[in-house]
Amino acid sequence: MSALFTDAFLTSLVLGALTAGIPLMLAGLGEQISEKAGVLNIGIEGMMLFGAYAGFLVAYHTGSIWLGFLGGAVGGMAVAVPMAVLCIRMGLSQIVIGIALTLGAEGLTALLHHFQFAQSYPRLPAVETLPIPVLSSLPVVGPALFDRPPIVYLAVLAVFVTAYVFRATQFGLALQAAGDKPAALDAAGVDVVRVRTIAVLITGGLAGVGGAFMAEVGAGIFVPFMTNGAGFIGIVLAMQARGKPLWVLCGALLFGACLSATTALQVAGVSIPTDVIQMLPFAAVLTVLVLFGRKASLPPALGTHYVRGAR
Amino acid sequence: MTQPAPAHPPHNDPSAAPRPIVTLDHVTKRFPGVVANDRVAFDLFPGEVHVLLGENGAGKSTLVGMLSGLQTPDEGGILIDHREVRIASPARALELGIGTVFQHSMLVPSLSVADNMALGGPWWSRPDRAGVARRMAQVCADIGVTIDPAAKVGTLSLGEQQQVEIVRALMRGSRVLILDEATAMLTPKGAEDLGALMGRLTRLGIAVVFITHKLNEALSFGNRITVLRLGRKVGEIAPERLAALGPAAATAEIIRLMFGTDAGAPADAAPRRARPGAAPLLVIEGLAVDDPAVPVERVDLAVAPGEILGLAGIDGNGQKQFAEALAGQRPLRAGRITLAGTSLERLDVGARRAHGLRYVTDDRLGEGTIGGFAISLNLLLKQVGESPFWRAGFDQPEAIAAHARRLVGEFDVRTPSIETPIGKLSGGNIQKALLARELSGAAKAVIFAKPTYGLDVNNIRATRQRIREAADRGLAVILISTDLEEVLELSDRIAVMSRGAVVGVVENDAAARGRVGELMSGVTA
Repeated sequence: MSALFTDAFLTSLVLGALTAGIPLMLAGLGEQISEKAGVLNIGIEGMMLFGAYAGFLVAYHTGSIWLGFLGGAVGGMAVAVPMAVLCIRMGLSQIVIGIALTLGAEGLTALLHHFQFAQSYPRLPAVETLPIPVLSSLPVVGPALFDRPPIVYLAVLAVFVTAYVFRATQFGLALQAAGDKPAALDAAGVDVVRVRTIAVLITGGLAGVGGAFMAEVGAGIFVPFMTNGAGFIGIVLAMQARGKPLWVLCGALLFGACLSATTALQVAGVSIPTDVIQMLPFAAVLTVLVLFGRKASLPPALGTHYVRGAR
Repeated sequence: MTQPAPAHPPHNDPSAAPRPIVTLDHVTKRFPGVVANDRVAFDLFPGEVHVLLGENGAGKSTLVGMLSGLQTPDEGGILIDHREVRIASPARALELGIGTVFQHSMLVPSLSVADNMALGGPWWSRPDRAGVARRMAQVCADIGVTIDPAAKVGTLSLGEQQQVEIVRALMRGSRVLILDEATAMLTPKGAEDLGALMGRLTRLGIAVVFITHKLNEALSFGNRITVLRLGRKVGEIAPERLAALGPAAATAEIIRLMFGTDAGAPADAAPRRARPGAAPLLVIEGLAVDDPAVPVERVDLAVAPGEILGLAGIDGNGQKQFAEALAGQRPLRAGRITLAGTSLERLDVGARRAHGLRYVTDDRLGEGTIGGFAISLNLLLKQVGESPFWRAGFDQPEAIAAHARRLVGEFDVRTPSIETPIGKLSGGNIQKALLARELSGAAKAVIFAKPTYGLDVNNIRATRQRIREAADRGLAVILISTDLEEVLELSDRIAVMSRGAVVGVVENDAAARGRVGELMSGVTA
């Protein structure tokens, strides 16, 4: 077995964990913000997918990877807007609307892709990396972790920014209160609907960037349904992380490692049937849920519509 | 001045006539089908605990809602310092110096005390935890309480959470503090502490509004008492009068205000003739029920055939727990229940019913019926699977329909068809169907839980008639009601429940109203 843990294998595994993990992390982080504010955002899969499409479209036409990520964020928010209007303002079921938005985004992006790219399947050029001095020359982890596209560093930075916002800003307190006891937030003179709306829009933006990452950095191409449940894994991550952004990062890297094990094991030349290897991420999700699912603590007001004065 | 310093300066100093901080100028608030507040007027003076006293549904919470910005009056106005204001939101109420401590905590359990107080600042600013802690320490010292600003609210007791809310209101500059049913969930010790705290607040010149339905608390904590009844203000006792009256006379006056006058009882309320000498049919001995909110302790009651025993008391004093334990829906901790010589306490709901014990629940839609099921099936809800309506597990539509048609006719249930889902009927007709189910067959004893709650006048009359008829047929009847008029009208004897115990049983004679009122209010308890 020692042959398995070659440098090439480890580098490939860590690199894969990061590439597959970053979109999961962005989705999980976004979902965490929504859930903290009391919104169960099932539509996040749709937000990711639409972000992937929009990100690819913009990057393809402008040639700018950064404009692509911006497009991805806007695309994710475009799906978040109906979620905010229908669920938070009008009080419709968050689960029904979330599923509808996901299905809608899947259909719409597949259709748009069919008309625009189905003949040509254009690819984006590989994204340039930004090696971090000194760190990138470390063995094994150096090239895998510290010679990555700048967006990777920004995404990881977002985890710490989010942790800071949660802990040390009024907005963080407002998010927490909106999910725990919205009536108390209202009584403190903060508009619960506005806090939740902003939370859902941020979720849309992060999920959209996550989707764009999959299209621009991960695959270099947009194909229909390419997010393939990443948004739903993000929901699991958010629920397991109990309000802590750093836990989302750790969980996302773990799932990312499982997802990328296929490639890594092939690199290592191990002959396990690929069907077994491809089950890994889902087995990991199940294992995590069995081990920690019962301890997950969700905000008391999660999924409920806030009406002033109603008890 | 050689006099000792007065405890409440505004009232003992005749030279400075007190000016109210807040005036409610004949406010009216309507909700669909009910006038919650009908031209209610009152004043709040600085340095005074103003008690709002009244039964559930008297309109206390609505009045508080209008002061705290949760509701706005349909008619009438609110004046602060003699200027008309509109209190459109809780935030506006705070700006105007009105702080409210609601019955249900308005703190975020997962945040610390300091964070709860800091909540509501500009979004991207850092919560000023150190500053909050400093100001908190000062207010806490002023009013004599101790609170750890770093403690998570969820770990504090309810009494401590109330203190946090009071401190928060004061930190925001409240001159008026509203305590809505603040003692409802507190232990007796906690309530006493809160009373003492109210006294200290008034010495700082705060106007305190204290809402309660407990007369003893009103008398011991209050300076001025306003009594509400069915949405109307029925009386106010000013501080000078309250002091002059003394506790006994004040109690009598408040009972008269809260529960109506002694005179003018309805004409058809002729006391039922009791049947002296009959052996009790239903005997309850030492019944005790565990409950986190209101444990029931050692209830001893005996009901003779043909007798109606009224069980009066303010809502939430263990009546529901007692009734459910009797019906078999809750385990007993101790006690015996004997019906016509048979012990019931070890039997389940179905077996107790088979022995003739019936329970008409007050939760008609929740546990009494299944809204989506046909009336015919709801009439058999407690006999599912029994012959002749079911045979070998198969229902017998003919028998079920015949049974339903008979009961619908007998009990005058107004319904388009016996197949109509019962949830589509009016409350009165649902109650008729429930009565039909519980009073038919071999009933021996019936427990009615708030049988006329939420019904209109005609259905109230019809239901009361059914209760009388049940007793006339020789059934033993326990009538649980929070409506004292109803208990006085129907009962032969009246037991009063308070804090989970029967605090007294009185004959329903001319003096019953006053005696029951005293027992209910906990004055003699």
